[in-house]
Amino acid sequence: MIEDVFRAQYGRAVSVLTRLLGDIDLAEEAVQDAFATAVLRWPVDGVPPAPAGWIITTARNRAIDRLRREAKGHEKQAQAALLHHEPEEQEVGDVPDDRLRLIFTCCHPSLALPAQVALTLKLLGGLTTAEIAKAFLVPEPTMAQRIVRAKGKVRAARIPYRVPRDADLPERLKAVLAVVYLIFNEGWLDRAELAEEAIRLGRVLAGLMPDEPEVWGLLALMLLVASRREARLRDGRIVLLQDQDRARWNADLVREGQDLVRRCLRWNRPGPYQLQAAINAVHSDPPTDWHQVVALYDQLIAITPSPVVALHRAVALAETEGPERALLEVDALDLDRYHLFHAVRADLLQRLGKDPAAALEAALDRAEHPAERELLRERLRALRLAADQEDRADDDR
Amino acid sequence: MVVERGLSRSYKGGKEIPMTQKYLLSIYQPDGETPPPEVLEPIMANLGALNEEMQAKGVWVFAAGLHPPSTATVLRANDGDVLMTDGPFAEGKEHIGGFTIIQAADLDEALEWGRRLAGVLSPLPIEVRPVAF
Repeated sequence: MIEDVFRAQYGRAVSVLTRLLGDIDLAEEAVQDAFATAVLRWPVDGVPPAPAGWIITTARNRAIDRLRREAKGHEKQAQAALLHHEPEEQEVGDVPDDRLRLIFTCCHPSLALPAQVALTLKLLGGLTTAEIAKAFLVPEPTMAQRIVRAKGKVRAARIPYRVPRDADLPERLKAVLAVVYLIFNEGWLDRAELAEEAIRLGRVLAGLMPDEPEVWGLLALMLLVASRREARLRDGRIVLLQDQDRARWNADLVREGQDLVRRCLRWNRPGPYQLQAAINAVHSDPPTDWHQVVALYDQLIAITPSPVVALHRAVALAETEGPERALLEVDALDLDRYHLFHAVRADLLQRLGKDPAAALEAALDRAEHPAERELLRERLRALRLAADQEDRADDDR
Repeated sequence: MVVERGLSRSYKGGKEIPMTQKYLLSIYQPDGETPPPEVLEPIMANLGALNEEMQAKGVWVFAAGLHPPSTATVLRANDGDVLMTDGPFAEGKEHIGGFTIIQAADLDEALEWGRRLAGVLSPLPIEVRPVAF
């Protein structure tokens, strides 16, 4: 119970306390104090009717006690100021945009992307430094240093704690969504807790910025991709979309994601996340309408031209125009370092009756994730087996 | 950390946080010849205008342009002796050619002025760094 409240309310409590205290470290300490108190008291006194409010009020009182103790004897002026600062009761509650302010602080463009990600997970997600380090496969001291340094910069350089003004909002929101999506992508394949955290953050953002279609687009995208989680791996190997067991898709997530995509369409203010969500929504409604997928990729390329998007478009194009046309487009892309470029080429070559072995080897050279490597190895094995059988058939003749 | 509502009501460890923070805006330029006057003059005019705007807005604290690094002398005290060397402390491809100190409410405001300075001095990079004391 306390753990659930912790997960759900940590970010909210830290953001409210950050506003009240003007300092992230003090806010975190106070909230951790409050949860430590809850661990002792709730089993005895029972869970309070409004656990989140209880945590915030307790944290605030703890912080004031602590500041009073530290101010005692000296800094009389500061003490007086602090008492003056004691917030009104209604201020203690959840001011709706506190978490929004905090996420814009965490994702400030003056911080490096890894620092933005770490701060967001630590302060809004309530993950421990050890958990974040483990999720990103870096040693814990490295992650601890990254977080300490980022918080030090927030404080010393005065990174503001506020929602950016309208003129800056589109760019700044883009950075926030990129951080959430990066957290999701880092986790969706095999670190479920990160993917779930990203979806949770996506829901929080959507609740806080309900008029931003891209926020809903990102949430829909994450839900639809996550819906295929269970079907995505078999025996440690990636299973391609068309080979997945649809019975293992999460129907609730599919439905929610598709509903959100429809809602986005009604807005008619398309953006990259909404379009990617729409593409995934089409895939979630088999058999895939490839013409629609190509049309959506055309829109996506118009907004965010990139060779990676063009590569994905070519995959869809192979279904509508045939592999030959698709291969022409793929070969024109400058993506030699990207494993999927070679994997897609291998697939198209094979469908054209050509030898895909070299392309598969190239993909295997560049792929990093074990599950993706395993799929490529499997395809190479199958290829060699087929070649052997052909040889044997030739020998028999 | 600056809280949007009421800066004077922000406290850190019981200490009041002042309304403004000073930032050092360092101008990095490549070693070598200074550009010819026909290139330099319009830049200096724009720089002068920006400094005036900073002064008018109460942001400007101090600004200076420096002589080349070859005119520098480095001193280092050690065991009562002071060692003196000719030239800049660090030999590199770039050096600080000048700097501006501003006072701003927060990093966003400082970055906005830094952006303006970078625009005037393009393509020279501007480093924005908070002043501790």
